Amino acid sequence: MVYLPHTDEERRQMLEAIGVESLEALFADIPPAYRYPELGLPEPLSEAEILQELTELSQANLNASLVPTFLGAGAYRHWSPSVIDYLISRGEFATAYTPYQPEVSQGTLQAIFEYQSMICDLTGMEVANASHYDGATATAEAVIQAINVFRLKRKKIVLSPTLHPQYREVVRTYTQGMGLDIVGDDDPQRSLEALIALVDADTACVIVQSPNFLGEIEPLAGLADRIHAQDPRTLLAVVTNPLSLGLFTPPGDYGADIVLGEGQPLGLGLNFGGPYLGFYATREKYLRQLAGRLVGETVDVDGKRGFTLTLSTREQHIRREKATSNICTNQGLMALAATIYLAALGKQGLRKIAELNYHKAHYAAQQINVLEGYEVLTTKPFFNEFMVACPASVEEINDFLLDDYDIEIIGGYDLGRNFPGWENRMLIAVTEMNSREEIDDFIEALEEFAAIHQAGGGDHHD
Amino acid sequence: MTEPLIYELSAPGREGVKPPKLDVPPSELPTELLRESLPLPEVSEIDVVRHYLRLSQLNFAIDKGMYPLGSCTMKYNPKVNEVAARLPGFTGLHPLQDETTVQGALYLMYELQEYLKAISGFAGVTLQPAAGAQGELTGVLIMRNYHLDRGDTKRHIILVPDSAHGTNPASTNMSGLRVVQLPSDARGNVDINALKEQICEEVVGLMITNPNTLGLYEENLVEVIELVHSCGGLVYGDGANLNALMGVMRPGDVGIDVLHFNLHKTFSTPHGGGGPGSGPVGVAPHLVDFLPGPIVILDEEMSSDDYPYFSLSTPPKSIGRVKSFWGHFGMLVRTYTYIRMLGDKGIRDAAEHAVLNANYLLSQIKGLFPLPYDRICKHEFVIEGHLKEAPDIHALDIAKRLIDYGVHPPTNYFPLIVPEALMIEPTETESKQSLDNYAAILRQIAAEAVEQPELLHDAPHDSPVRRLDEVQAARNPVLRYQRDEA
Repeated sequence: MVYLPHTDEERRQMLEAIGVESLEALFADIPPAYRYPELGLPEPLSEAEILQELTELSQANLNASLVPTFLGAGAYRHWSPSVIDYLISRGEFATAYTPYQPEVSQGTLQAIFEYQSMICDLTGMEVANASHYDGATATAEAVIQAINVFRLKRKKIVLSPTLHPQYREVVRTYTQGMGLDIVGDDDPQRSLEALIALVDADTACVIVQSPNFLGEIEPLAGLADRIHAQDPRTLLAVVTNPLSLGLFTPPGDYGADIVLGEGQPLGLGLNFGGPYLGFYATREKYLRQLAGRLVGETVDVDGKRGFTLTLSTREQHIRREKATSNICTNQGLMALAATIYLAALGKQGLRKIAELNYHKAHYAAQQINVLEGYEVLTTKPFFNEFMVACPASVEEINDFLLDDYDIEIIGGYDLGRNFPGWENRMLIAVTEMNSREEIDDFIEALEEFAAIHQAGGGDHHD
Repeated sequence: MTEPLIYELSAPGREGVKPPKLDVPPSELPTELLRESLPLPEVSEIDVVRHYLRLSQLNFAIDKGMYPLGSCTMKYNPKVNEVAARLPGFTGLHPLQDETTVQGALYLMYELQEYLKAISGFAGVTLQPAAGAQGELTGVLIMRNYHLDRGDTKRHIILVPDSAHGTNPASTNMSGLRVVQLPSDARGNVDINALKEQICEEVVGLMITNPNTLGLYEENLVEVIELVHSCGGLVYGDGANLNALMGVMRPGDVGIDVLHFNLHKTFSTPHGGGGPGSGPVGVAPHLVDFLPGPIVILDEEMSSDDYPYFSLSTPPKSIGRVKSFWGHFGMLVRTYTYIRMLGDKGIRDAAEHAVLNANYLLSQIKGLFPLPYDRICKHEFVIEGHLKEAPDIHALDIAKRLIDYGVHPPTNYFPLIVPEALMIEPTETESKQSLDNYAAILRQIAAEAVEQPELLHDAPHDSPVRRLDEVQAARNPVLRYQRDEA
């Protein structure tokens, strides 16, 4: 029996103590017709066997961390200092539950308190919660916070068209029963000016992303004022890349009401898309509309500093249908990983990593821009991602990079997947993990593709 | 001794881990966009290791001892799962890589969908939801859209028993639907007469937890399902308590239409101090088209006899995506590993021994505390944490005194329908010795409650901190490091 400590004799004694004959007797209340179905699962394996199988399975994939990779679009290959996995692997952190008993959960609680503090520092905001599932769901929670601020009386939400397409989709999934009017993101070319013009007295919030999905840094200076000129109470939520905040002025300093985003760049692995981390910060005046867990500092009966979950009257286990959100389990261990990342790099290290991303991405952009057939379309300042017009479809180029070039390269994101007509536009991410050699290889490969394409050798697949 | 905050270990100019070096010519930075200050701590690598290691030591955890939190299924988290989830061919995968380069990962997800279908008796499964509550939102939206798709627009009510988890009504409200609460009867089941009164054509569905949060099998389950179906409504199963029944009974077989799994409860993935979880959702055939997308399908066209090919595909009437990418893949690897090591028999063994352990522990403490529902329980049971002989003692005091004995307290003050509730779920991975020890501690505490009640009132005595002033924490919230204090 796997993971069960019972001996036959103990089982017998236990059944006797309960006063039943057999294990089956414990399930006498289940109608017999439904009892003990055949499941048809595969034969069980031992630890050695399953690891062998899984190792083979894992090797059937192309590990994006072992080849030059220029794919981002919401998930990025970054360096994760060794201390992170060492510390989050500790059973005391990993196998603890939500810290409902604070006296024996101070480790988790203090770490979340530090996380909340660091997220505030990074974003320039006043309060941060203990996490959401990811950047997409954090965006949906921002919409819900905003409509709660207006006690459900405002129904209009303005979304920037350069907000991550998956985040826009999740906002619509979450709010489909709320009767909201979600506007602004139907035209990918809509300017920030035109977006602001949509704001009116029924608008609960405007959500913009910076760096946006196309990598550009939006002009956040004065944005809050311009929105408030349309309606003084509309909230501004900014979705951002936390690593970019090692370098750039945080949205909080520009007057954002909510700052949130995907925390994966903070030392979390790619992991094929999850688990990641939704970070979320807002203004103190919105504390009562904030969703999710919060850790607060207090003292114990001896006057000693301690930490505890607090303000839980906002949450589902107390308020049930009147709660600010249904969230319960969040991303605790991922928040811990991000905390350790920010501590291990610290003030100077985070700035350096952010600069590395900036310089390497700009180096790559400059090199690509001079290639025949390619043009960098990003005109605003950018962080570590930019858009390039290519001589052929991105699909064709990426197939070439992966299958037909001397080495395997994972190219950038095919924007045609989300924007009809943009099939030739590639979104390229360059991080501190891309060495100059990788970048130069990529550029050579792009050049070679263009040459073959120009020569009419369009079909690279036989 | 209090552990300082990481900020309090900081010294200006101290550097932590060393970033890679710059190997390209630098570009000009846009000075007008740069931040003026970045007030993060400045600590060394060893400071970080020692600080977080010391913090870890302030926690209780499954790896330390028995953690019988009711409704949370704190079973042993196998270490092989952790090794599996950290295989570089999994951790290094970008979610948007070309499908042809991630066939191993898609195969694992496809198989896991199939395993969960086999265990639950459903026709379709999505692995996308991030946690149980998100699984609930997914399920409720699926039920809502099922009716709307049939042109049935008058339904807006979700029935929720009063013993339900708080996430049930909260998820309903987020879906734009109205909660109508149902009372429980004297045996802890859904009150059938109360249910009959609510059955009408405005009902979207009913959310039911089975076994319920009292740890009791819902004796009227078949009738409840028939009643809800009779008015065209659907039945949502909250799978938080699936550990009691997997391999013994399949929710899909009895007519439940949709259910979420808690991989971080039933399927042994670690809770991580509050997450990440994973909340896949299974549905009956008539709801498969509404699942959030994408899910993994076997792509017949691209497959050959020797090589199956897997694709990501969004069902035709999908409620939409509920999170970015494909779900908590790391948790899926752990669950796959767990199910492959258990097989049919191991799955059933786990449920049977979870129920054995709960009933055994109950048998050892019967008579100590009031027991509101005296029945064979399933994976957990609820007692009332008070004593006639010790009127000043509350469930909280008992919970805190348990900490002094080196074990974790049960869930307290839930479910809400039992006064002074203590909800105990030992799980199948506890040994008889471990249960005997817990029972002995509870007996000791029951005696102390009468003879030396102050021992309970002042508990815990030896924990890293003692009882905290939660009123102050809420009244005057300090939610981040206060620089002026330093």
